[in-house]
Amino acid sequence: MIKVKNLSKKYNDKTVVDNVSVNIKKGKITSFIGPNGAGKSTLLSAVSRLIKHDVGEIMIDKKEINSWKSNELSKKVAILKQANNLNVRLTIRELVSFGRFPYSQGNLTQEDWDKVDEALSFMELHEIENQFLDELSGGQRQRAFIAMVIAQDTEYILLDEPLNNLDMKHSVQIMKVLRRLVDELGKTVILVIHDINFASFYSDYVVALKNGEIIRQGPTNEIIEQGTLKEIYDMDIPIKQIDKCRVCVYFA
Amino acid sequence: MRNSTKLVILSVLAVVLILAFLFTDLGSNWDYILPKRTMKIISIILTGSAIAFSTVIFQTITNNRILTPSIIGLDSLYLLIQTFIIFLFGSTHMTLMNQHVNFFISVILMILFSLGLYHFLFKREGNIYFLLLIGLIFGTFFSSLSDFMQVLIDPNEFQIVQDAMFASFNNVNTELFYVALLIMGLATLYFLKFEKYLDVLSLGKDTAINLGVDYDRVVQRLFIIIAILISVATVLVGPITFLGLLVANVAYEFLKTYRHRILILGAILISIIALVAGQLIVERIFTFSTTISVIINFIGGVYFIYLLLKESRA
Repeated sequence: MIKVKNLSKKYNDKTVVDNVSVNIKKGKITSFIGPNGAGKSTLLSAVSRLIKHDVGEIMIDKKEINSWKSNELSKKVAILKQANNLNVRLTIRELVSFGRFPYSQGNLTQEDWDKVDEALSFMELHEIENQFLDELSGGQRQRAFIAMVIAQDTEYILLDEPLNNLDMKHSVQIMKVLRRLVDELGKTVILVIHDINFASFYSDYVVALKNGEIIRQGPTNEIIEQGTLKEIYDMDIPIKQIDKCRVCVYFA
Repeated sequence: MRNSTKLVILSVLAVVLILAFLFTDLGSNWDYILPKRTMKIISIILTGSAIAFSTVIFQTITNNRILTPSIIGLDSLYLLIQTFIIFLFGSTHMTLMNQHVNFFISVILMILFSLGLYHFLFKREGNIYFLLLIGLIFGTFFSSLSDFMQVLIDPNEFQIVQDAMFASFNNVNTELFYVALLIMGLATLYFLKFEKYLDVLSLGKDTAINLGVDYDRVVQRLFIIIAILISVATVLVGPITFLGLLVANVAYEFLKTYRHRILILGAILISIIALVAGQLIVERIFTFSTTISVIINFIGGVYFIYLLLKESRA
């Protein structure tokens, strides 16, 4: 379990994350939602040690994040940021094989290659595995990066806006993959997401942030609710029940 | 063509050029000329390797292919030190002064400068571009300071400074040479500990951290190694880091791989080829009427413009 306690982070004098405490349940999808500048990405980056926090503690499986050895932590937690511009020219297969670095330190064994193959077939990338990343569409690229994270074989998978710049079809594809990661492989997925309907359809828990503070957290059904959304976004968002799912109609 | 084949071709070319350098136009005084040439060729190989190697690492750390370590101002610091010594003590002192003292003062100051830059900026800001920017400003500051002093000194003394301004393999000090060899050897041994991280570092900071690289520590160590190698090479033959830009990029284009084991080896071989060929041209065609850094800066400059044009089109 990931436990965040009284976490704060300042950039110069601006407090971006303010005294945040949250527990993330294992084997579930947790979505961080909230307006721009709410501190969602910063919180995610702190939990994945990409940035250092100022105050508070982050416990990953009962051990403070700073007392983890870098290499051990990379077998436990994987993070995928939204901007993935590479300076090097790689094929999909080469990129995915980097996911095995924590285990192999660059010298991949047969077991590592098996994991790479598994990740490639999980993301249905085998057919294009030898294509270069710069020849791919946005959706394919994102799938390739997720395959790398899968090959890393961590318990926790953190994603910062994985649907950024993707069309509906690819967005749904990615979210279904994340659902399968949780349901079939027992992973724990934490993501920052802007589209609350995707959060509503696919996540188990929702954490809502605003101005660096958590204003609500709980099971998806309790958060995707008109009063709560008003509090988060300052918008009146009608919610319609379609079959078993709640859809937020936020366009008007 | 496979990469191993390409490396073999480069090695053969390098060996052929080295042999040509050693054994053509030998004349009758070969027992005098040959040891001199051997010393020269070894210092060429040494500095060429150091510069190729540190440029590739530097570009990987900064994730940028048009930077060279000279951007943090080490070259200009070296020139400033040389100018300053002459400014204070005059050229007679320069020739009298123990070469070792000059060597160690320069190397130590340059390494201290890079470490200071690293500690004050990178540690606090955690941003490599900020470090480069400040380095660039310091570099400009150092060269303006040198210019200022060069204007004030006697024109005859300026001639001596000018000697230091261009890289040259024609007067490498034998005793310093062994010290340099030892320092570079140790730095390279230390580097082997971090070699495995380079491929991952080329994916960028976030991905490297995600894959378990202790980023700050690794980058700091690599930075120190670069500073040592560049300082020693510069003090040994003069400012020549521009060569790095040329050979690193030729290596990327030629080898088309992300694997640093191959890239570094290729860059080193290309660097040796460029330097030995350049030196051959300087000695046998221009008969010492120009220095090798003029030729390298000319070819490097043309290639740099080509790179910029190509990048802007892409």
